Amino acid sequence: MSDGALIYVRHQDKEENYLQAGHTLASWLTTTDHKRIAILYAFAITFFFFIGGLAVGLIRLELMSPGGDFLTDDAYNRLFTLHGIVMVWFFLVPSIPTTLGNFLLPMMIGAKDVAFPRLNLMSWYIFIIGACFAILSIFAGGVDTGWTFYTPFSTMFSKGDVIAAAAGVFIVGFSSIASGVNFITTVHMLRAPGMTWFRLPLFVWAMYATSIVMVLATPVLAMSLLLIIAERWLGMPIFNPANGGDPLLFQHLFWFYSHPAVYIMVLPAMGVVSEIFACFARRRVFGYAMMVYAMMAIAVIGFFVWGHHMFVAGQSQYANLVFSFLSFIVAVPSAIKVFNWTATLYRGQITFEAPMLYALGFLGLFTVGGLTGLFLASVPIDVHVTDTYFVVAHFHYIMVGGSVSAFFAGLHYWWPKITGRLYSEAWARFAAIVMFLGFNTTFMPQFIMGYGGMPRRYHVYPPEFQVWHVMSSVGALVLFVAYTLPLIYLTWSLFYGRKAGDNPWAATGLEWQTASPPPTHNFTELPQVTAPPYRYHPEHQAPDAERRQPETVQGGEP
Amino acid sequence: MTGAFPGDASIYAGEWDRFFAILIAISAIIVAAIFIVIVGFSIRYRRGSKAKRGMLPEVITNELELSWTAATAIAFIFMFWWVAMTQLKNIIPPEHPLEIHVLAKQWMWKVQQPNGVREIDELHAPVGRAVELIMTSQDVIHSLFLPALRLKKDVLPGRYTYLWFTANKPGIYHLFCSELCGTGHSRMTGRLVLMTPADYARWSAAQPGAEDLAAAGAKIFGSLGCSGCHAPSSSVHAPDLNGVFGHKVQLADGRTVTADEAYLRDSILLPQKDVVAGFEPIMPSFRGIVDDDDMVKLMAYLKSLPSKRDQP
Amino acid sequence: MSETSPVLREPWPSVARQRMAVSFGMWVFIASEVLFFGGLFLAYAVYRLLDAEAFRIAARETDVFYGTTNTAILLTSSLTMAMAVHGAERGFRRMTIRCLEATIVLGLVFIVVKGLEYHDDLAKGLWPGPDFALHPAATQLFWAFYWIATGLHAVHLSIGIGIVSVITIRLARGTLPIQATAFEGVALYWHLVDTIWIILLPMLYLVGRA
Repeated sequence: MSDGALIYVRHQDKEENYLQAGHTLASWLTTTDHKRIAILYAFAITFFFFIGGLAVGLIRLELMSPGGDFLTDDAYNRLFTLHGIVMVWFFLVPSIPTTLGNFLLPMMIGAKDVAFPRLNLMSWYIFIIGACFAILSIFAGGVDTGWTFYTPFSTMFSKGDVIAAAAGVFIVGFSSIASGVNFITTVHMLRAPGMTWFRLPLFVWAMYATSIVMVLATPVLAMSLLLIIAERWLGMPIFNPANGGDPLLFQHLFWFYSHPAVYIMVLPAMGVVSEIFACFARRRVFGYAMMVYAMMAIAVIGFFVWGHHMFVAGQSQYANLVFSFLSFIVAVPSAIKVFNWTATLYRGQITFEAPMLYALGFLGLFTVGGLTGLFLASVPIDVHVTDTYFVVAHFHYIMVGGSVSAFFAGLHYWWPKITGRLYSEAWARFAAIVMFLGFNTTFMPQFIMGYGGMPRRYHVYPPEFQVWHVMSSVGALVLFVAYTLPLIYLTWSLFYGRKAGDNPWAATGLEWQTASPPPTHNFTELPQVTAPPYRYHPEHQAPDAERRQPETVQGGEP
Repeated sequence: MTGAFPGDASIYAGEWDRFFAILIAISAIIVAAIFIVIVGFSIRYRRGSKAKRGMLPEVITNELELSWTAATAIAFIFMFWWVAMTQLKNIIPPEHPLEIHVLAKQWMWKVQQPNGVREIDELHAPVGRAVELIMTSQDVIHSLFLPALRLKKDVLPGRYTYLWFTANKPGIYHLFCSELCGTGHSRMTGRLVLMTPADYARWSAAQPGAEDLAAAGAKIFGSLGCSGCHAPSSSVHAPDLNGVFGHKVQLADGRTVTADEAYLRDSILLPQKDVVAGFEPIMPSFRGIVDDDDMVKLMAYLKSLPSKRDQP
Repeated sequence: MSETSPVLREPWPSVARQRMAVSFGMWVFIASEVLFFGGLFLAYAVYRLLDAEAFRIAARETDVFYGTTNTAILLTSSLTMAMAVHGAERGFRRMTIRCLEATIVLGLVFIVVKGLEYHDDLAKGLWPGPDFALHPAATQLFWAFYWIATGLHAVHLSIGIGIVSVITIRLARGTLPIQATAFEGVALYWHLVDTIWIILLPMLYLVGRA
């Protein structure tokens, strides 16, 4: 079972890999290969990550002192709006699903591609068209409504290009929905023989759960934005109180999507770290079934908690109680996952390569972010800290400390598979540690500020908050270094990195049983799955420190 | 500004802080515990270490997993219950509060005291008695944030929202707008000035612009012709407004509502909306004629009308 | 990997699976459309609850004649679409083409009738804005929903007509085999558009007319 030669009988060395199949730009822009589409997306989201990062760099620089320095009030408002819109819709929501998800999902289930390869390419083009609208709105001077587009400010008072920005987000929403449809169908219809539902790697379950949320939640966002565009462009008075319209209705529609959206951003991260903990502790993930149920529970319950964004909006106190209760409940499955990831380390043979360092960082930062969610779920606490930096810190702990750490974890883990090269382990570990330290320096002071009453989205602020702002801005500079380092050493590895073998981490998934980089059709022969995932050691024994081959890979002997 | 940040100006703020501190302590313990376990496992079970591996101990079963899931759920539900008890204590507005009107507009706070005195970007209030803020916006959604009281509430156009408190420490505290409202959002700040009741009374008597809001309201009521239909002697069949505020009203569509500020405001600006049972929808709308200032005065007048039972 | 067929596409191992997947995928997409229009219907329901009288006044101005005619046209087009799928399943190429053509024609007739109705609505001053014809102001809310809902429906219908036209032309030219897996999926989409209309009919045309 663990004989190297037997495992790799599946492919011929002479078969060209997906990167070699066509060198022209046209071959890339008309590809239906899920792996190439993943790379196309990777370029797009990296570009937007740095745009959103640039915006916040200017913001944090400005916030070093309490008064306005080099930005006008309007410019400041437009910058944080840009930061929010770009980071949420043009970076985080697509990040893991369209890059790692696209690349790996078919391989992990033993398929040659996703269910609808041409739809997959169309998803990317829809994303690019939406991105063009967003860029158009930036050049038109930007938008100052915040990423939340609250009415009636966005519909009747804003002087920014709300229509272009809303249209851009509306369009990328359809990219999300199309990807979601594709992934759901792929998981249902293209699993290799023997790959039953409860043999699926947790990353696949995570993509599945995320896709369900994408398909059901994103359309409601689309409708909210459409109604804003109709009011602003066609004069349709939907949210105008003078006509009997209710601005609060917008908030309900918006948050009905935007709360599940945060689960779109975190579920894929959970899938990534599950794969990594198993591989680097050399143990199967503790409590596989509960991990699956927990992800599905998060996806479902996440649809019923949106009102916790509106505790002070003028919602009834009885509605507040219901949403508060459900918000406490939705935290339970996440807590279970934290326990199970921790338990996966128990009696393992743990090593600390960069993916593992990022994954451990995720675990700690996600726990802090999640616990502060309980604070916010409490109505009296929320009344004081909502719309302050406390909330900003909370969601950055989860989305940046959590999801972005996991994205980097996955990027490093699967880099050898995607590119066929090994990155510099020393630099990668250094960057991971710098990121963890920089992140905490940036965002922990924000909890304190928020408690102190520092409102969010403030360009100028009372001087007693300055010390915390300075700490936060210094941390942001460190984060900038931490995010730029991988850009440098990963690119370097493309040209000068050591060639990776098929399975440098000795992992168990189907994706590791084919070449690095994989051939265009992923597998030469259809794999037959005979084992559950993560069989790193024999059933009733422990992982061995010396033996680096897994006990059973998933596509075992037919 | 008075006191350590964020200021501590009411008994509720003190209770809030204790509550918050307990949550912080619990969270810190949980984070520490998880951190210790993770670091502990990472060291103990690092590759090649001499710690015993082997099968997982027999105590680890499905039942154990279900138990800790249930325990977590119960712990979180308990936390919710504990928190909800605090929330429910403050759910009912106080009886006979001092009513202060707040009008938010881009980018300033216009405050009107019950005796008619106006302020801009300042809110004077007495300690030791219940105060209720009746708030509306002239344009977009704003939010009134009083960190020293640990309170905030959004302020909406087209309707009233309420914030009530009983403060106990005189001083000057921050007042912020905490809902993005445009260019001047971060400059839409002011001062919450809490005073002893004696100081407050002196201050408010010394301000120019004091007026009898109810009397001013009565004048508007007359000059706009409201008494033409609503006076008992009128030939037009219109609801009697004596004692209307706070009483139950039966509507034409069968519902029964309480005539609060929102109902009265809607009746003046959107009269077709909630017509009283037994009356025709013939009242004209006064939108554009009655502005927010007039509304405050009319409201004061209507609240001052004795109910029929109280009349001789 | 042993099945070959003019219809089989990557990455499918068999035509049967591919066929199932096309329907499955379309149903998942339909779920997203339900949420999309659902958001709109929810907003409508909220406003109708808040001011039923204004909605009654506003809804009296819709033209039940146009609404009923269009309903009949669209329902018939769903019939012809279903017949086309039946024909395709049995390999009846000419019948399928005729039924698809009938569907396209009926769809276009719907659009024309809708255009005439829009013209009449505009002439009656029913576009929300400062020149709106009705009182009180909340009637503009109903009419905002009218234009947005019927407009969105028309966009969806137009996309449907476009897709059906493409497959009809390709079927007629022989570039799409009769056994292709696309028909079922396209038909599902067409029926979705029809179903949305069935909900719009009472929502917009039958309020206060029961």
